[in-house]
Amino acid sequence: MAKRMGRSGGARPKDRTTLAGAGKKMRDCPKASGVQDEDPVGRLKRNERDSPRDEQAVEFLGAKTGVGTMTEPKRGGEFDIAVVGGGLVGTAVAWGLARTGAKVAVLDEGDVAVRPSRGNFALVWLQGKGMGMPEYAGWTRASTDSWAGFAEMLLEQTGVDVAFRRPGGFMPVLSQAELETRANAMMRLHNQPEMVRYPYEVLDRAALLKEMPFIGPEVVGGTYCPLDGHCNSLRLLRALHTGLERSGVAYRPNHRVERVEPRDGGFRLTTAAGEIRAGKVVLAAGHDSARLAPMVGLEAPVRPQRGHVIVTEKTAPFLHHPTGYVRQTDEGGVMIGDSFEEAGFDTTLQPGVSSAIAERAIRFFPLLAKLNVVRSWAALRVLSPDGYPIYEQSATAPGAFVVTCHSGVTLAANHALTLAPMIAAGGLSDAFKVFSARRFHVPQAA
Amino acid sequence: MFRRLPDIAGDRVSFTIDGRPAEARSGDSVAAALLANGVAACRNTPVSGAARGPYCMMGVCFDCLVTIDGTGNRQGCQVRVAPGMAVETQDGKREAGR
Repeated sequence: MAKRMGRSGGARPKDRTTLAGAGKKMRDCPKASGVQDEDPVGRLKRNERDSPRDEQAVEFLGAKTGVGTMTEPKRGGEFDIAVVGGGLVGTAVAWGLARTGAKVAVLDEGDVAVRPSRGNFALVWLQGKGMGMPEYAGWTRASTDSWAGFAEMLLEQTGVDVAFRRPGGFMPVLSQAELETRANAMMRLHNQPEMVRYPYEVLDRAALLKEMPFIGPEVVGGTYCPLDGHCNSLRLLRALHTGLERSGVAYRPNHRVERVEPRDGGFRLTTAAGEIRAGKVVLAAGHDSARLAPMVGLEAPVRPQRGHVIVTEKTAPFLHHPTGYVRQTDEGGVMIGDSFEEAGFDTTLQPGVSSAIAERAIRFFPLLAKLNVVRSWAALRVLSPDGYPIYEQSATAPGAFVVTCHSGVTLAANHALTLAPMIAAGGLSDAFKVFSARRFHVPQAA
Repeated sequence: MFRRLPDIAGDRVSFTIDGRPAEARSGDSVAAALLANGVAACRNTPVSGAARGPYCMMGVCFDCLVTIDGTGNRQGCQVRVAPGMAVETQDGKREAGR
């Protein structure tokens, strides 16, 4: 049907593109990878809800740190803390810092910033995460557990409903071999020492049909985790910005930070629009943290990884659970995503990739084929070498922190409610050592 | 509300609007045929539920979306009415698969 492009305005009959049409035309183009960081998946069993490791998740919630007032004397300038970056990570941290009573500035680029916060898939997702770093599973679980309360706080403060839902998420698969692979991966994940276990199920086709009677004939089954959910991430960004404004945070757009220097016990930030002084600095600048971190003795070796997203016209609710590749938004549009491309900072849309993800989505859910596509785009994930977050305070310039991760939506609750109070109070707890960038160094003993 | 110009010719075309028999002229777009039949509001918006009807008549505004022969969200102004065509007004969101 009509493919509506914002700029071209009208859609002529010859422009019409349904998902099915797009898929057929481009069948020989590069395939979207079927794998993402949330996909290792499990075997035919269900984990106990109450595992001995569950308390670690709770510990991460930071009962000890809590939310208090800034007691430290203000050092080095006009703000207690300057947060570099106004995307989901920076605003969530700044929002949490403001709750402690700190005087906070958010220094942001302009509208041209590379901004995954505007291009992401909006999952609040746990399933499959933590292979090789079980602490990340605990951290993620804690955030997904805090998310409902976080959304509630945002709604109360700003009136913006970020549409958080946690109905459980599915990862459907198209072959028995793939189901085996996922099941084994999920089992390996949960067999790791220190793993914070969470419930999941491996479902056959019959079980999947009960939840989603409209799956395609090729779907053999899938995995399910009752703790997965999603939200409206554009509204999340808006809610956080509104919240910052309401709590007196100084949001400074067009303040690209050129230089950060430790100065007078605090930091001097040279920006495109003048100089800012702050007692502490949090680098949450996404891709730009790679450039900024070394200025204060930190590292953020992140790279862009491109992902395509397609969104259809709004349709009556039918997909009541998010999946890793397809989800229906609160307003009815169907988002299709989950491609992985190493393409530097190029955000040019690749029709072949769009077509591949559209075709795969139709194999999962054939009824999508008739829907009109209204928009598609490519965005850049912020990925560290192992895909896990980096949280660290500088050893050489104390008071400088780096906060970077791929899952800015999922982890927003933790960034606001757990991480920010620790930063305000002066440092990260020992539980965060595992997230230090030092893990990327070859061990000296090796 | 809308009346045809006196010099407009064209064969009569029979079609249905929400199952009711209706008449148009050969060459009419579905949107024009709806207006000529007194159907000014052909859908409700998916989010707020506000009424919408044909507006730009040239494919730009997407306000004339209707279900045509079972396919939802067709632009009424971009489809010529045909004999026996089943046009349905849309209440809210289109249904996936329809």
